Amino acid sequence: MFKAFLLKYAEIGVKGKNRYLFENALVRQIESALCKVDGTFGVSKVSGRIYVTAESAFDYDEVIAALTKIFGLVGICPLLQIEDNGFDDLAEQVIKYLDNMYSDKNLTFKVNARRARKNYPLTSTEINMELGSRILEAYPEMSVDVHKPDKLISVEIREKINIYSETIKGAGGMPVGTAGKAMLLLSGGIDSPVAGYMVSRRGVTLEATYFHAPPYTSERAKQKVVDLAKKVAKYSGPIKLNVVNFTDAQLFIYDKCPHDELTIIMRRYMMRIAQHFAEESGCLGLITGESIGQVASQTMQSLNTTNEVCTMPVYRPVIAFDKQDIVDIAVQIDTYETSILPYEDCCTIFVAKHPVTKPNLKYIKNSEEKLGEEMEELVRKAIETVEVIWCE
Amino acid sequence: MEAYLDNSATTKVFENVKDIMVEIMTEDYGNPSSMHMRGVEAERYIRRSAEMIAEILKVEEKEIIFTSGGTESNNLAILGAAMANRRAGMHIITTAVEHASVHSSMEYLKEQGFRVTSLGVDASGVISLDELEHAICEDTILISVMYVNNEIGSVMPIDGIAEIIRRKKPDILFHVDAIQAFGKFEIYPKRQHIDLLSVSGHKIHGPKGTGFLYIRDKCRIRPLLLGGGQQRGLRSGTENVPGIAGLGVAAKEIYENLPEKRAGLQELKDHLIEKLQQIENVKINSQGGTGSAPHIVNASFLGIRSEVLLHALEEKNIFVSSGSACSSNKQKQTVSATLKGIGLSIEEAESALRFSFSIFTTREEIDYTLDVIRELLPKLRLYIRKK
Repeated sequence: MFKAFLLKYAEIGVKGKNRYLFENALVRQIESALCKVDGTFGVSKVSGRIYVTAESAFDYDEVIAALTKIFGLVGICPLLQIEDNGFDDLAEQVIKYLDNMYSDKNLTFKVNARRARKNYPLTSTEINMELGSRILEAYPEMSVDVHKPDKLISVEIREKINIYSETIKGAGGMPVGTAGKAMLLLSGGIDSPVAGYMVSRRGVTLEATYFHAPPYTSERAKQKVVDLAKKVAKYSGPIKLNVVNFTDAQLFIYDKCPHDELTIIMRRYMMRIAQHFAEESGCLGLITGESIGQVASQTMQSLNTTNEVCTMPVYRPVIAFDKQDIVDIAVQIDTYETSILPYEDCCTIFVAKHPVTKPNLKYIKNSEEKLGEEMEELVRKAIETVEVIWCE
Repeated sequence: MEAYLDNSATTKVFENVKDIMVEIMTEDYGNPSSMHMRGVEAERYIRRSAEMIAEILKVEEKEIIFTSGGTESNNLAILGAAMANRRAGMHIITTAVEHASVHSSMEYLKEQGFRVTSLGVDASGVISLDELEHAICEDTILISVMYVNNEIGSVMPIDGIAEIIRRKKPDILFHVDAIQAFGKFEIYPKRQHIDLLSVSGHKIHGPKGTGFLYIRDKCRIRPLLLGGGQQRGLRSGTENVPGIAGLGVAAKEIYENLPEKRAGLQELKDHLIEKLQQIENVKINSQGGTGSAPHIVNASFLGIRSEVLLHALEEKNIFVSSGSACSSNKQKQTVSATLKGIGLSIEEAESALRFSFSIFTTREEIDYTLDVIRELLPKLRLYIRKK
């Protein structure tokens, strides 16, 4: 029945003179999302609305799945498109449409007509009233409610006539590519992919850094991170993933620093390295999956100590989320199953039995000083030997 | 230098296996069920393969059913035998150290109402014949025991089990998972009183996706795959002709001069064990000498998690296994039933590696591996988890 979709966007409607930039970005996102769907589709921008029209056979569920992943869309309305063959035909088609859509007619409704083509013989109000009475005639169980109808039946008179009454919830947010770029610190866990998804939802383009520690983390652990980046990329668009070999630096820290400070010092170096790549590629911030108090390295004291090395803003979208809330989003965006694969098991040696939960910045800095030149060299080497993987 | 020491996971195919497969895929690609010449030709390859295997086992050619590999052979043997004989009884005996394809079949049968007795093993990985004898009851219809354990190479007392069955309850069906034993030992199902014998192709330099199940004549089995009635109705589906032909060629080749081949493997095993024993804090989990299979050495490198050493060896082009390769991507990794069964502590089990050889393995590869291990251990042991 549906060969076309009306796509609704909210926030970007109010962006003033920049509006066209947002709309164009959105159209680009829609086009590239539909590229991966079986079928050919036309995307058109008509007076502040975006339409997708199928030009071939397609799978309805697949199209909806693709469209609901696009940031910036708040709703997707499947359209019944008919030719204008006079009002009687329109009424008949609407009545048939309602029968197809709603087997239970015990509903309240309101007709909402709009004329983009003003030469149509009836005015919008006339259409509303006349169509309403024809519907009531056909389905006496239905009743009109102009304030809070169960179903708002929209009729748009354009070149063709569009009829719709259902809106599928979109991903919301802002179209990717409208807000700048940020560097995601991506681990194999549950939180960081969710954090990336959430920031990307505000229109932010993502780049990512992963710290690999062979032989303590395996090739499969790395593959898992690539898979996660690909899953996030379904929403955010292609992600450039920097894979940093961190083993030597990690072992050096392990050798020289008190055990309970290992994780904090490691994280400070990870931030420094990620920030280096972020600056290099014009990112405006870092993104982490940190959440207050989740583990020793994420107490407020630890976050404060880690944050101290960052000169650019660190975005932590799940900072006040409970684990279960993060898991719920991970399930929804399909990263959860991948995140819980057990490959990173073998790097537990870098985790102290009783890590410090309230690190003292002075002590940490003192420990870092002892690492000296040699550490600088190891960091430089880790940066130089980065492996770049494009995930899309 | 490269050392592939994971031959219990899989092996490289023999050159002539590859050749015959290419020939069949590109030239003699007929369907054995077709009436025309191409079909007859294809059928001939299957028969030839069955003949070669039958000759090795000294059984009838029609007693060989080709499958997609070890897992299917084990599934068909256990589920097929249990389902076909459930009226005679609902009790099955197996061991606690079987491969997942046997273990999972048993779990499925339990859901179907069967009772399964699972025998433990001693420190050398072998079951007790006394215990087995006591486990047999009126209701027992099937005993399924592996010939060689895939993780530590222990050899089960197959002849002893068969002797007990004949003495106590001769109508019990005896299934032997010989996936790690075929190509290493002479196996004769008739004189050893084995009713069902599972074999996989890719463990003996044959192609992956191939295997067979020996089913003793008159032994009743319910098929798992239903369809066109190929292979006497026991395994429907167009036969994997290139794979079957490759499997036959591999079987024939691996059994040529077997005693010599076995002696070669044994030498490698003795050498590796001797040298490993000289390294501090290494515990050999396999039986030395001829007390276990000649191609598997399992050892614990105390203080180092097996994955870490495995990946460190990998960086030096040495390929080994931690636990059993087929099970290393399970959702939740637990300590292997075999390693737990032979009484290893958690620490010993978590630091265990398996080295497995093939006839292509050289003494140089073993020495190279030993050198690398000696070099790596002190370094890796510096970085054990701090308390």
